[in-house]
Amino acid sequence: MSETLLEVDDLTVHHGQLCAVDGVSFRVDQGEVLTMVGANGAGKSTLLRTVAGLHHQTSGTIRFQGVNVTKLAPQRRARLGIALVPEGRRLFPSLTLEENLQVGAHHAAKGPFSIERVYELFEWMPARRRQRAWQFSGGEQQAIAIGRALVANPQLLLLDELSLGLAPIVIERIYALIPDIVAHGVGILLVEQDVTLGVGVANRVHCMLEGKTSLTGTPGELTSAQIERAYFGGEMSATGPQHENPE
Amino acid sequence: MIWLNVVIQGVLVGGFYALFACGLSLMFGVMRVINLAHGDMAVVAAYVAVFLTPHAHIPEVWAFVVVAPLFGVVGYVVQRTLIQKSIDRDPFTTLLVTFGLSVIIENLLLEIYSSNGQIVNVGELIVKSWHPQSIIYISYVSLAVLAAAVAVLGLLQVFLSKSGTGRLIRAVADDHEAAQLSGTNYRHIFGIAGAIAFATVALAGISYGMMTEFAPTSGGVNLLFAFETVVIGGIGSLWGTLVGGIALGIAQQFGAHINPEYQVLAGNILFLVVLAVRPEGLFGKRTALA
Repeated sequence: MSETLLEVDDLTVHHGQLCAVDGVSFRVDQGEVLTMVGANGAGKSTLLRTVAGLHHQTSGTIRFQGVNVTKLAPQRRARLGIALVPEGRRLFPSLTLEENLQVGAHHAAKGPFSIERVYELFEWMPARRRQRAWQFSGGEQQAIAIGRALVANPQLLLLDELSLGLAPIVIERIYALIPDIVAHGVGILLVEQDVTLGVGVANRVHCMLEGKTSLTGTPGELTSAQIERAYFGGEMSATGPQHENPE
Repeated sequence: MIWLNVVIQGVLVGGFYALFACGLSLMFGVMRVINLAHGDMAVVAAYVAVFLTPHAHIPEVWAFVVVAPLFGVVGYVVQRTLIQKSIDRDPFTTLLVTFGLSVIIENLLLEIYSSNGQIVNVGELIVKSWHPQSIIYISYVSLAVLAAAVAVLGLLQVFLSKSGTGRLIRAVADDHEAAQLSGTNYRHIFGIAGAIAFATVALAGISYGMMTEFAPTSGGVNLLFAFETVVIGGIGSLWGTLVGGIALGIAQQFGAHINPEYQVLAGNILFLVVLAVRPEGLFGKRTALA
């Protein structure tokens, strides 16, 4: 039986006057991938940052392994086992690759992942571990950011826009890691603009539109037309998928 | 030989500038806080050494052994309370708050100890010097201050580059939000950086009191020299701070040798030239300015 890791209940988050997340509820179980899809500005990243503790919610609760973490600081949530790979990687640019991983491991829980294990996952890393993080390419930085989150041995991994700005071949390699991570019992909450990618690895899909839940289900249940409607809003379904967004 | 002496005296005073500036550089590098009360904290440390440590039967020469750790604790508390609260608002608030702190400190010191000059009494040591050449005198006190500066910067360098806490300080300086996501309480790390900055400025203040007379308002001019040191050396580089201090010291001694009135002017000219030609400083990275 898989246990529930994360329960988000009726979460509302504001950016100033703007309501970015509006009454969203969902849960993530151990060893499953929940993918949040939605257009730019749908509130996915805000939702993820709120779960990690970087944004304050207006209302609603966030429970992690049965504990109410709604009021906890980000570092407290991280030490409980929530790790966010933020949008734009956010590595420590002046630190070396290895130092980035060491910072990630500083408050690590016991578990399967270690710096050595990350070096096995990414074979190019050991030879370049003394290079500064800013010297790496976008795809390499994304791999380091994932490694930095993994070495903390999180129970729940929050992945924000993994594919953003990366070449297709690099994206493919990074997505290939997800089954490996999930096999260790880690739950993953994935935010992705690229629907095909996100739905491809998902156990369950949650669509967001303008801050609200527009559709939920398993990839098997949902047709691409349904997801499309939930992604762009009802009236736009005739225009077909648009991956470019004016924002 | 006269010019050699000018250089030697410049290096000696430069060591003091580096010691004075490294806390300022650290607070700016890690917290992005420009502590306008930095010079006044040094003066407070000197007053504590002169007036308070004798009560604890500690000779003024050894006052730093007590005052530096004490200032470390004060630095942590001030950072976690006053300065953190200002950071949480916006960068301009930190300027206002530390400026206010500076005014309060100066006036309190004037009120309590008057504007009379004071010195940290080091006994006979003050007049002793090494005399390797007919016109070259190297004061033992200045030499000790230079040695202390090199030791402090060296230890700090090793601490920041090798220790786990040092690594967290650098990580938090790069991106404190990302550090939080790795379980780091960045406010605590800021506090540690504040503690180090205050402990080093206490050493600088006591050193200053050993070398020359000080008064409640001595902080301001030293703060100016510390700024110049940091800018010349480059933000974010500890060895740059040492080189910056020495460059400033030598420039000032050259100016003073030509005409004593030109001492400060020559330092300011060097500062302006570096700012114009190499704004990132001699050892700074261009990215540090971004």
